Amino acid sequence: MAGSTPASATASAPAVDAGHGAGTTPAGASARPRVSPWEEAWRRFRKHRLAVASAVVLSFIILAVLVGPLFWTVAIDEIDFRARLQGPSFAHPLGTDDLGQDLLARMLYGGRISLAVGFAAMLVAVLLGTLIGSLAGMASGPVDAALMWLTDLFLSLPELPLLLLVIYLFREPLRQVVGPEMGVFILIVGVIGGFRWMPVARLVRAQFFSLREKEFVEAARALGASTPRLVLHHILPNALGPVIVAATIDIAAAIIAESTLSFLGLGFPPDVPTWGRLLFDAKDNLDFAPHWALFPGLAIFFTVLTINFVGDGLRDALDPRRVI
Amino acid sequence: MTQYLIRRLLIAIPSLLGISVILFTVLALAPGDPFEELATNPAIPPEVRMQLRASLGLDDPIHMRYFAWLTSMLRGEWGFSFVSRIDVDQLIMQRLPTTLLVIGTSQIVALAVALPVGVLAGTRPYSTFDKVANTLAFVGFSLPTFFTGLLFILFFSVYLGWLPFVYRTNIAGSGLPWVWEHIKQMIMPVMVLGLFQGAALVRFVRSAVLDVIRLDYVTTARSKGLAERRVVMKHVVRNALIPVVTLIALQMPIVFGGAIVTEQIFRVPGIGSLLISAILSNDTPVIMAVTFVFSCLVIFFNLMADVLYGWLDPRISYR
Amino acid sequence: MTEDDLRQLIGRVKRGSLSRRGFIRRMAAVGLTAPMATQILAVAGAAPAMAQSVPAYRPTRAGGGGALKILYWQASTLLNPHFAVGTTNQDSSRVFYEPLAGWAADGTLHPILAAEIPSVDNGGLSADGRSVTWKLKRGVKWHDGQDFSADDVIFNYEYARNPAVASTSSGSYRDVNVTKVDDHTVKVEFAQPNPFWADAFVASVGMLIPKHLFKDFAGSNARDAPTNLRPVGTGPYKFTSFAPGDLLRGERNENYHLPNRPFFDTMEIKGGGDAVSAARAVLQTADYDYAWNLQVEDEILKRLEAAGRGKVNVIEGGAIEFIQLNATDPTREVDGERAHISTEHPAFRDPAVRRAIALLLDRKSIEEFIYGRGGPATGNFLNNPPRFRSPNMPMEFNVDRANQVLDQAGWVRGRDGVRAKDGVRLRFVYQTSVNAPRQRTQQILQQAARRAGIELELKSVTASVFFSSDVANPDTFGKFFADMQMYTTTMPQADPQRFMNQYVSWEVSQKANSWQGRNIVRWRSADYDAAFRAAEGELDVVKRAALFIRMNDLIVGSNHVIPVVMRPTVSGSLNTLRPAISGWDLTMWLLSDWYREG
Repeated sequence: MAGSTPASATASAPAVDAGHGAGTTPAGASARPRVSPWEEAWRRFRKHRLAVASAVVLSFIILAVLVGPLFWTVAIDEIDFRARLQGPSFAHPLGTDDLGQDLLARMLYGGRISLAVGFAAMLVAVLLGTLIGSLAGMASGPVDAALMWLTDLFLSLPELPLLLLVIYLFREPLRQVVGPEMGVFILIVGVIGGFRWMPVARLVRAQFFSLREKEFVEAARALGASTPRLVLHHILPNALGPVIVAATIDIAAAIIAESTLSFLGLGFPPDVPTWGRLLFDAKDNLDFAPHWALFPGLAIFFTVLTINFVGDGLRDALDPRRVI
Repeated sequence: MTQYLIRRLLIAIPSLLGISVILFTVLALAPGDPFEELATNPAIPPEVRMQLRASLGLDDPIHMRYFAWLTSMLRGEWGFSFVSRIDVDQLIMQRLPTTLLVIGTSQIVALAVALPVGVLAGTRPYSTFDKVANTLAFVGFSLPTFFTGLLFILFFSVYLGWLPFVYRTNIAGSGLPWVWEHIKQMIMPVMVLGLFQGAALVRFVRSAVLDVIRLDYVTTARSKGLAERRVVMKHVVRNALIPVVTLIALQMPIVFGGAIVTEQIFRVPGIGSLLISAILSNDTPVIMAVTFVFSCLVIFFNLMADVLYGWLDPRISYR
Repeated sequence: MTEDDLRQLIGRVKRGSLSRRGFIRRMAAVGLTAPMATQILAVAGAAPAMAQSVPAYRPTRAGGGGALKILYWQASTLLNPHFAVGTTNQDSSRVFYEPLAGWAADGTLHPILAAEIPSVDNGGLSADGRSVTWKLKRGVKWHDGQDFSADDVIFNYEYARNPAVASTSSGSYRDVNVTKVDDHTVKVEFAQPNPFWADAFVASVGMLIPKHLFKDFAGSNARDAPTNLRPVGTGPYKFTSFAPGDLLRGERNENYHLPNRPFFDTMEIKGGGDAVSAARAVLQTADYDYAWNLQVEDEILKRLEAAGRGKVNVIEGGAIEFIQLNATDPTREVDGERAHISTEHPAFRDPAVRRAIALLLDRKSIEEFIYGRGGPATGNFLNNPPRFRSPNMPMEFNVDRANQVLDQAGWVRGRDGVRAKDGVRLRFVYQTSVNAPRQRTQQILQQAARRAGIELELKSVTASVFFSSDVANPDTFGKFFADMQMYTTTMPQADPQRFMNQYVSWEVSQKANSWQGRNIVRWRSADYDAAFRAAEGELDVVKRAALFIRMNDLIVGSNHVIPVVMRPTVSGSLNTLRPAISGWDLTMWLLSDWYREG
């Protein structure tokens, strides 16, 4: 249904155009009752059963960690040596860890942090990566060279010493400005995001290299579109495929990376049970108390799985070429 | 094109210098020193520790230390490790074969699995194959390697007793049994790494194929009556390769750099474990050497990727 | 019982008019434990021959034992004992190099390259405590066939103390004077009478390297010595190959100086990985013979042991996990220095608060549920050898009593449940290094403290930063810019002199000494200083032990230092392996006597 020029992507991405409304509805659709592109996207999304189911599960996970602690009021750090390493039971639906602490309460509490860190760090990485990648991809010559130098630099820096340096330089100042918990959160998100934008930047830049020479971009340029308009409306939406994949992978990576950070003393204090940390603590007991590792592992897996399917669903729903 | 290459290679020299300055500064400013264990040992007076620091030059100003490093590097001397007091290049050379073997194999496995699986999944979206491949990929990158590694050990080494989980470099013997022993001990680390890296790659390849396969020229090619196989190989894959090439170029330096967690779990004496122990003991010469070689590889492979873009899509111009 | 009575009794045992058993019974009557009584006899020279301090060796011929495979989760990086920065390197060096004597499991000396242990009776120790004469074993050869002699010993003394060499063992050699008496006798002289004479040439700092291979590298070129990487020693195994950070291999020394030893034909030490999987490789899958230093929660070890293939060895030493309550104020800066020695901690200056925290530490549970056999609860800072253990420090866990103590001292609970007095809130930062059992201990104390109206903020710092001597970093344990901290301090000799200088006033860790002083808690006491000074020159073993016990009681009684658990060395070995291990010396200290049965 799009233009007939071979090897061209769509003239413009519907997601962006939808925001601008008029003039983009295909002529063929005018016979039918007018549906706004958003309604159309929603209709397509609903048909994607996996995506809908995933959206439901994901909402459930988010809701559970947000309001769950209001209903399951067991303290997260109540030590009970008589109930160590117990499997799931009525008193402890997900069992207990080696200090007899209730795993359900810990998972609900830790889930908030893990999800918040995952999403926020992903956003930092993707936004930073997309910004730098598109700048480098559009501007060429010295700007591109400088930005790629920056990317190469970040790729080659060893993470650990840099992390230790960051803690040493910023932990106390941040703690004083925004308080201990917020300070740690900002540090973690900054650090994880700051170390994961490089692949995104290189991917976006590569896409730009290819897209900026395409006919539809040239056509838009010939019609007098400004460079920002070219980028935002024509190139970027077509370059987003790998970005979406990177974003979903980054959420999982950030949730796991958080647990590694706490072992450097950078993460949340040792009494905060994030999912990654639960998994790490549980690993040595895997053969005796598998439940301890199973539930946080499943939580991370389902979060990643559902986010990915929702992402796939959105992408299909927003792609006008695909008829569902 | 050649001119572009020469220009990029020339730029690479100042960029490497810049990177080395920043690396060195970060390492010098980062907290810690090589004498952690001396500190809690009451038999070692603090003066001894201070004297050791001074003898390694740790108390000199940063710029002096950097120039000392740079001048010896230019002469081809890599310096000596603070903790083992032997030359850094010797340390790296001892570890290079194992790293290349294990990490290299796992990269090949990851690529060999991810490329066909990704392409197949992308050409048949939402088929059963696609769903299975996707789910496995999600397992692959939502479970950290420290966890999958342990899972493998419990299953293959403890429960089944098939595979050893301590990597040995001194396997005696020769001929086929020797090769088989080596393969046996490589299976688990290679699988763990391959799964983790392959999983992400599958998702990227699938997405790239999906982006291309819906384009009109593919439909055109099909309507011309070309065989599906030819359509996929010639028209789809080649155009989908740009993001894939980018990712592979990002992965390649790791073949040298090693994989810290996996090497630790299976006791693979690779460069990753050398680097992490050097970092934990602030062994600056070793960290500098490894990261410097690593950044050379990063720059080189990213440059390769840039060149390959032009080959994959001739319209890309080098400006 | 006065000291004179004790002396008379010991004299009777020596003369044979009182049995050892009778002596121990009488000691028990006055509250001394049996080990302590035995120790008193041992140090007074009335103990049976030394031979009993090491396990019996059964094989009747050398070799034939096959391969010995040892797993270390930290890998050794160098093989020159004078450069070793930690026990892994010392252990690897110890395979090839030997000292004159080592410390046996019961805290007594065992001769290795010495012909006998010097004593007053055999004329080795001078009566004034100013010198010790070592007789060397004859007929000992280096692995390359050269003879071992007094010249080698003298060379090691000069090598270690030379600042240009920058050796880590220099502390043991710089204040002594060593002279050659003849080819097989050396004399070590001290400036002051020194009861702590068994340091130079003994155990980990005493390993001897050959003069003929190192003499050209005894200065700033020490690093270039080819023998650094290809050791030639006198030990039971000869060097085969070494990959730093990975694998060390050795083969049997046919010319070893002890009969029927060693048992194994080859040996290897594989390094790297983590403690839990090392335990698995020995206890669960039996791929390796011995796993070093299993710092693993005991629960896990017990379950791995259930496989029935190997067992866990727990050997007592002097290491202790303890909590420090800062005596100075870490939040206030004086002359640009936090925790300045002129300040007082606003809350911990009240003994009631310190006592309350000691009462809130549930040591029994920490032992039972976290450390298990690897961490017996203790109320003493100085626990071993048993003759130095104080009987006066009870340990009590009592939340009600803690509340009572705080109530009486006028600390009142605020609206948030945290106690305060005169604007000082009982809210403390409690730091330690990143280590699973330590984080568990932190949580247990945190919960008990909450019930007594004390809020603890937990902080964990990665070990490489926490234990570094980096002057720029605020998070090191030496700076102790927190209210409370917890770590393990080790005791490498069976003598507490080096161990107990951690609380003398001249060792206070501060800016002036780049925070390298050993008194990290910054507690000062004139009584303690006096007791330490007295012990330094006290040659009478019984009086000296009493002085160290007094020091222990002073520091622990102040509650600025709260002992948590002892940290014996925990290792794993196959059921068939007979390792000879001591808590006072390196793991490899008697590798010559390891063998396999069945």
